[in-house]
Amino acid sequence: MTVAARPAQIRTEAETALAGFLAARPEVQNGPAGEAQRKAAGVFALKGLPHRRVEAWHYTDLRSLMREAWPLAAASASAKAPAREGLRVMIIDGVCAVLPASSPPGIKFTALRDAMASGGGTFAAQLFPDIGADDSPAALNAALARDGVVIEIAAGVKADAPIEIHFTTSAGAPRSEYPRCLVIAGAGSSLTLSETHASAARVQRNSALVCWLSEGAQVEHVFHTGDAAPEQHIATLLGDIGAGAGFQSFALVAGGSLLRRQCFIRQSGERAKIGLRGVSLLKGKQHADTTLVIDHAVPRGESRELFKHIITGSASGVFQGKVLVRPHAQKTDGGMKSQTLLLSGEAAMSNKPELEIFADDVVCGHGATVGQLDTDQLFYLMTRGLPKAQAEGLLIEAFAREAIEFVGNGDLRESCAAALTRWLETLN
Amino acid sequence: MNKSMLEIRNLHASVGGKEILKGLTLSVKAGEVAAVMGPNGSGKSTLSYVIAGRAGYEVTQGDVLLDGESVLAMAPNERAAKGLFLAFQYPLEIPGVTTHTFLRTAMNAQRRARGEAELTTADFMKVMNAASGKLGIARDMLRRGLNVGFSGGEKKRLEVLQMALLEPRFGILDETDSGLDIDALRIVAEGVNALRTKERGFLVITHYQRLLDHIVPDSVHVLSAGRIVKSGGKELAHELEKNGYRDYVADAA
Repeated sequence: MTVAARPAQIRTEAETALAGFLAARPEVQNGPAGEAQRKAAGVFALKGLPHRRVEAWHYTDLRSLMREAWPLAAASASAKAPAREGLRVMIIDGVCAVLPASSPPGIKFTALRDAMASGGGTFAAQLFPDIGADDSPAALNAALARDGVVIEIAAGVKADAPIEIHFTTSAGAPRSEYPRCLVIAGAGSSLTLSETHASAARVQRNSALVCWLSEGAQVEHVFHTGDAAPEQHIATLLGDIGAGAGFQSFALVAGGSLLRRQCFIRQSGERAKIGLRGVSLLKGKQHADTTLVIDHAVPRGESRELFKHIITGSASGVFQGKVLVRPHAQKTDGGMKSQTLLLSGEAAMSNKPELEIFADDVVCGHGATVGQLDTDQLFYLMTRGLPKAQAEGLLIEAFAREAIEFVGNGDLRESCAAALTRWLETLN
Repeated sequence: MNKSMLEIRNLHASVGGKEILKGLTLSVKAGEVAAVMGPNGSGKSTLSYVIAGRAGYEVTQGDVLLDGESVLAMAPNERAAKGLFLAFQYPLEIPGVTTHTFLRTAMNAQRRARGEAELTTADFMKVMNAASGKLGIARDMLRRGLNVGFSGGEKKRLEVLQMALLEPRFGILDETDSGLDIDALRIVAEGVNALRTKERGFLVITHYQRLLDHIVPDSVHVLSAGRIVKSGGKELAHELEKNGYRDYVADAA
């Protein structure tokens, strides 16, 4: 690919810079992985940054929100951090800087750069699945991904302690980074994965996590971006969920000026259970978009989604949830809910649930509510002596807790609850 | 000690532009239980909400004083900190806030407002377990969402539990008997009676006389069309039970 043959879609300053990053990619590998990356680069070159006329990005006009593309983060010498106790991977400036010193039997950690150097066709197909592949920001991650981590958990292995992937940056000038991580859960394995995002500099992060769940695997994923969140963040989750497997993902979002979380989950085996839930806490001028595409490709799948937004200031939230039930996917059971509390006059929420059902024997429903705090409940609490702010806090907390209660791991549930409490304290 | 604790002077109040209370005057002394009885639509609930400070209830004239101090400019929580307590006719359900958390939060909020130290967990558990035991409230109920899935009787018992824990100077019971069977009524009434002291006043608002068989009032006042039209002793309640409100409704019209 050359920059000279610039397609018509590349026209803004940011797009031009991104096209430059793609053209200047070092050492694009031969073989299947390199081929997949070239293909992804082609998707971006054709589409550019999505804008409001691209339906999936209608409420998050990335072309106008992302005015410039900050320079690619360089793998710096400072990208070293002390190893901590527990199974913690640190991705610093997009580079896999820390792997667990030792890992339990059956769990293998590999820096993505090493895996890419030696991986074959199967690996390439796992790292670059054909899920969500026509989304241009996701394609940009695929094309520019150089490092991250690969976590493989062998069949039947039950990981007791949660595995954390922590993304952060070194201090310094604004930069952009494209880390990509791959989790392969073998048949009957179980795993709790904590994905946390922070930054020590202005950063445009475009991260992707790809999860493959073999038959009967159980994975709980908890995404948390909070106090030191990246300024601009596109976080893509790609999942392939095998027969009888269970994938539960929860996201606590509080921070950053622009966040797009997009989850493309494919149910590829019968009787798989998918649960996607989250709480977004937005204030100031923050904009956070949660977009789901759940593809029930085979029969007897179950999916549940519950997303709660609490929005104040002039912040804006977006929830888009598409549930696709393919013609053969009979007996699919789907339920999606989006609930929003608007705490200020300028706060805004856009909801777009979509069901595309091509099978005739399914149970699928969705509901979306947007409202304010209940004045009768507030009055009741105040007559018991709670000052207004405290009464409001209690009601907001109760609203969000309903979703947080779904986090299965006790420590992670408590840390989400604590983040909620901290956020509420910043409102007063 | 004949000073009134709660004094309502010529109170006029409107809801949505419609005047409901039309010059209500009533005074209750410390240690006194005053019953306000009246037919539907006479303004009973409006009276309780105006005293507690609900938004949308506009006082156009008159005053409400607690211990000589006007409460009308105070927020509901400030009134609570001064010692006012309203037991709701329809207690609100608040999913996601456990009854236990709510009780502790409320007690500590009032203690803080009065400049007192917050309760330790151990002290709170001690007083809560003692008070809920007396009212026959199961521990399991305290772990559930506030009022969520509670029966009418359970909700009213919980209102009395809150009153017992918050130890207000003055309690207002808004139709506490509504929706209660006779056993529940007795438990609730015993709970209220246990709180009667020389220092504490009560306003018991009810449509029916039967609650007053269990919480025997010192004075009875008939509310009709937004005003007190007759006051008397506890025998007035029996008279109302026998003859109904028709004499007073006719008077007011």
